[in-house]
Amino acid sequence: MGLKTVTKYARGAGVVAYALFVGYSFLTGFEPGKTIGLNLGYFSLGMLKLLPIAFILIGLFEVWVKKETVEKYFGTKSGLRGHVGGILLAGTTVGGLYVAFPVAYTLYSKGADIGVIFTFIAASAICRVPMIIFEASFMGIKFSIIRLLFSIPLVIFSSMLLGKYLAGRNYRIRDGE
Amino acid sequence: MYYLYVFVLIAVIVSFLADRSKTYRAIKVAFRKFIKILPAFASMLILVSIVLALLPNSVILHLLGGSNMFEGVILASSIGSITLMPGFIAFPLCGILLSKGVTYTVLSAFTTTLMMVGFVTFPIEKKYFGVRVAIIRNVASLLIAVIVAVMTGIFYGEIFSWG
Repeated sequence: MGLKTVTKYARGAGVVAYALFVGYSFLTGFEPGKTIGLNLGYFSLGMLKLLPIAFILIGLFEVWVKKETVEKYFGTKSGLRGHVGGILLAGTTVGGLYVAFPVAYTLYSKGADIGVIFTFIAASAICRVPMIIFEASFMGIKFSIIRLLFSIPLVIFSSMLLGKYLAGRNYRIRDGE
Repeated sequence: MYYLYVFVLIAVIVSFLADRSKTYRAIKVAFRKFIKILPAFASMLILVSIVLALLPNSVILHLLGGSNMFEGVILASSIGSITLMPGFIAFPLCGILLSKGVTYTVLSAFTTTLMMVGFVTFPIEKKYFGVRVAIIRNVASLLIAVIVAVMTGIFYGEIFSWG
């Protein structure tokens, strides 16, 4: 049995153990286990509301947007402008990292620069406009401005560096495999 | 949230009117990608359900409320890295922490790592980026979060006050 098969079985066993633990907790009223079950339900619902429409948009993007367009705005030749574009695009997204990964692959398959992809990923975590508005209302606008002012240049710089490092190493982003 | 549904619905209708077969293809692509990544999402959901049960808000409040700045930043960035919270839970929590006297520096480390560093999203991330690059990205994000926290501390006069 190869390592892959072993991991597969281990994962299956883990999921079964998890399901049994949560199920048993509900039967016997074991509070921590019930909390875990409720958390799972809560987050699954939230994600099921968001993911199908996110993937439909990704599908539409894949069939309608031309490779040349993505290459022009986010390609290797786009330079700093591509990174700024990546941040602007990320600003309009919802959900955060876990939605950004599949979008990133689609951009990549259409010819976006790897460095720009990493900027896009980071920006979809920290630069989403609706979230910033919410943040500012709790923490004050000064907090948000300082955060963006320092994180954006650091994000662009580190993404460019990582992109350069990977460019010569035959690296490719995969389609969730 | 609802405007998003309306937007997607309009997009699908417009696409359908413009080109029927392309739209079918788009839906097929969407479905295939969604199914392919679903197991990784399940892993993430299981992880997040356990992590959040181990670290409820009351524990986070207790941990971040009673520590000095240095410990606070380390604790906050660790907690932020391993948990995942939607913004509408995270920021109200930060508001409470702020009113309990937790510094902006610590909260900056907490919020930035919460958003950028993903222990629970790792099962998904590695499917797209591979294990090595996913680790590099997360470590780089952690460093960025700490730098931003220090800058926040300086500008709020929490790390040292201006002359």
